[in-house]
Amino acid sequence: MTTQRTSGRRKQALAAAAVVAGLLTTAACGGGKDDGGKNGAAGFNAANNKIAQASLVKKGGELKFASTQDADSWDTTRGYYGFMWDFSRYYSRQLLTYKTQPGAAGAELTPDLATDMGQVADGGKTYTFHLRDGITWEDGKPITSKDIKYGIERAWAQDVLSGGPVYLKDVLDPDGAYKGPYKDTSADHLGLKAIDTPDDKTIVFHLPKPNSDFLQMVALTSASPVRQDKDTKSQYGLHPFSSGPYKFQSYSPGKSLVLVRNTNWKASSDPVRKAYPDKISIKFFTNANDMDQRLLAGDYDLDLAQTGMSPQGRTTALKAHKANLDNPVSGYVRYAVFPQSVKPFDNIHCRKAVLYGADHVSLQTARGGPIAGGDIGTNMLPPSVPGAEGQKYDPYEMAGANKNGNAAKAKEELKACGKPNGFSTTIAVRNNKPVEVATAESLQASLKKVGINAQIDQYDGSQTAGIIGSPSNVNKKGYGIIIMGWGPDFPSVQGYGMPLWDSSYILQSGNNNYALIKDKSIDKMFDDFVTTLDESKKTQLSTEINHKVMEGAYYLPFTFEKFINWRSSRLANVYTTNSYNGMYDFVNLGLKSSK
Amino acid sequence: MTAPLHEPTAEAAPSAAEEAAVATTGAKAVQGRSLGRIAWERLKRDKLALTGGIVVLVLIVIAVLAPVLAHAVGQDPETHHEDLIDPLFGTPTGSLGGISGDHLLGVEPVSGRDIFARILYGAQISLLVGFLSAVVAVVLGTVLGILAGFFGGWVDAVISRIMDGLLAFPQLLFIIALVSVMPDRLLGLTGTSVRVMLMIVVIGFFGWPYIGRVVRGQTLSLREREYVEAARSLGAGRFYILFKELLPNLVAPIIVYTTMMIPTNILTEAALSFLGVGVKPPTASWGQMLSNAIDYYDSDPMYMVVPGVAIFITVLAFNLFGDGVRDALDPKGSR
Repeated sequence: MTTQRTSGRRKQALAAAAVVAGLLTTAACGGGKDDGGKNGAAGFNAANNKIAQASLVKKGGELKFASTQDADSWDTTRGYYGFMWDFSRYYSRQLLTYKTQPGAAGAELTPDLATDMGQVADGGKTYTFHLRDGITWEDGKPITSKDIKYGIERAWAQDVLSGGPVYLKDVLDPDGAYKGPYKDTSADHLGLKAIDTPDDKTIVFHLPKPNSDFLQMVALTSASPVRQDKDTKSQYGLHPFSSGPYKFQSYSPGKSLVLVRNTNWKASSDPVRKAYPDKISIKFFTNANDMDQRLLAGDYDLDLAQTGMSPQGRTTALKAHKANLDNPVSGYVRYAVFPQSVKPFDNIHCRKAVLYGADHVSLQTARGGPIAGGDIGTNMLPPSVPGAEGQKYDPYEMAGANKNGNAAKAKEELKACGKPNGFSTTIAVRNNKPVEVATAESLQASLKKVGINAQIDQYDGSQTAGIIGSPSNVNKKGYGIIIMGWGPDFPSVQGYGMPLWDSSYILQSGNNNYALIKDKSIDKMFDDFVTTLDESKKTQLSTEINHKVMEGAYYLPFTFEKFINWRSSRLANVYTTNSYNGMYDFVNLGLKSSK
Repeated sequence: MTAPLHEPTAEAAPSAAEEAAVATTGAKAVQGRSLGRIAWERLKRDKLALTGGIVVLVLIVIAVLAPVLAHAVGQDPETHHEDLIDPLFGTPTGSLGGISGDHLLGVEPVSGRDIFARILYGAQISLLVGFLSAVVAVVLGTVLGILAGFFGGWVDAVISRIMDGLLAFPQLLFIIALVSVMPDRLLGLTGTSVRVMLMIVVIGFFGWPYIGRVVRGQTLSLREREYVEAARSLGAGRFYILFKELLPNLVAPIIVYTTMMIPTNILTEAALSFLGVGVKPPTASWGQMLSNAIDYYDSDPMYMVVPGVAIFITVLAFNLFGDGVRDALDPKGSR
């Protein structure tokens, strides 16, 4: 579970070059305001945690996505971007999937290929699923339990198929005994012992240890079936073989992607997907401002990446097209973290001095303000995770009395830390995220007032794993403050906080426990969480873990992130869902006209 | 081409004017005048160049006195004023980018830092990098150019090929790569000073072949002149000829090229800061301000206009002044 959530992070390495292109193209398309008479837009926040215009949906038409980013891979085993998981439901099915409902209900699981939620036995060590009738591949052949097993096995072949989440691999085969289907010497390449397929319609999982989030892992895109004769290994992402209602018609990476109906998919076999449009297309842009202009003009329906509009388009949209916008909570927490290996952050009082010295309103403004940035973050658990308390839990009064910083308390903590005159440190920030650089400057300015002199170091944002993910490098560079953000892979404290706070997740490269938290009581609570099957106990443990992390003052949360996302007036049956961190649920989007 | 004043009468005009000047100043003026004095007389009559020169002087004063001037209006470049920012859009609340009595050129979006103070401090970076990198280029270019031109043979071949290589080198890409791998602390400097030093060295290093070529060409033609022959036959050493006979005659083209190089270097600095490899935040730089302004070109155009105008005025002033200096030193070359 060490792979970090990379949604939207990697491909911005070319930011510098893009900025140049940006200047040229923005000059060419200034203005661009349309008539404003956008009748039919559902209203501001009309699709935020509720369904907008469900009754207006017509079957047919072309649903048009726009994006400045291509997926990391469209291969179900390899994709890790949030929008890729959301989009993959068009062409892939899993044993279980998320309910196609708005908001929190959308994060609940429901049977997809399986007939029910599975039978649990052996105290959570055995799960048995039976497959539905009528489930087929795009060539009409039935989807078998062996296809599902093979699809899951592909995650073991990390040397060929890197990038995707490895939760199932870690849970089913913690010792790495299985070498993956490509090195599998058995005739059918189905040598993984932890999964049995007694017949074509039954699949049985044997877990060495129970895991309370196992069903969440079975619902991940990476647990989709893949048929052996269609597996093109590292090329599979160019044309995944469809098990869902749509199939790939054409794809040129970084340019466009077109899906058309899979005529062999039967609505009767699929209780989840509605498959309203006839055709789904994605057009990739190189310039975010350009893309926003085209969205505003109505040439495209929505942004694939769903990470919010850029400042320029956002301002225009908020002023002139507010009814086309939604403002969901993204599920991400944006924060600064203090590696304990860098002095003086080994001392809790110096960490607290930063928490009290920071101007939280200024940080929020730097993130984009209360609407486009999010509410002031007061603790580390995103509101979408069970057990989260949102701003109600505010141990340092970041959204309350101390929201503009509390210099007196910061000075007190500095004294307690043995640095009454302050200290010097370095803030590490990704160079390809202007918003993060702005937060770094805000933090720098407010810390200066209490005597903490911070220098900003902008590192190559595409190299996070080797730069801030390497504790020895962090130590060498003296990064006392690292600016980052994190969102859950699936809505649970395991899917969010374990890589951040569990001491067993401290790695020499690709580390995400930047604070180097080694707290036995936190580790113990994670162990309890993973083995507890009782939901209320799990919720309680999540809350306690969050409290423990905040008491340690390892993190300075900035915001519970919010986005401003665009929805065209053509769209119907639109809603955001917690399962995909506040994105629209792509799979059941429809159009108001079949043209 | 700042010659519109002289254009109609071409060659004849300046000399006629000179004669007029001589006539009015009386007998004393009949004495011979040095090259510098003649050039200064010409420059004084070139209104555009003079204006450029004055603007350049003003800019230098502004850069040097930036802290004093910012303090005089009660601002500094790093204080955030979030109270002047509309939290919804991140843009300044006042009209024209928040221009007011306190903030003469408005405030930055998001942070609310005073743009006037940042422009003043940004001038320091621009001029420092522009001047010093020109100095690096001129020193390297003159020394290597004169050696290549004077000695010829394999020395010339080697230096010329190096110049060709450097001229063909994608310098902007190289600088970007270099800056990203450079450590934070270098030769006792830290942070922004490392970046500034790096920019000076690298821009200067890639700039010297331009001046080197000119110096080499001039040296090639000068070394065959009679006065060099005469010095040689009198037994003058090579270095005496190089530095006492040749160098003084190269001063004019060198000065001309230096004044032309500074604005180019300022633009390169702006481009680097624009691309995010220039000075580090929160240090102010014009290029960086321009780059930040892209996201607000519609909602807060003033933020883009102000640093844009600053760069424009600076580069224009240097170019006008440079053209004037060239015309003054070498009237034939300009036509």
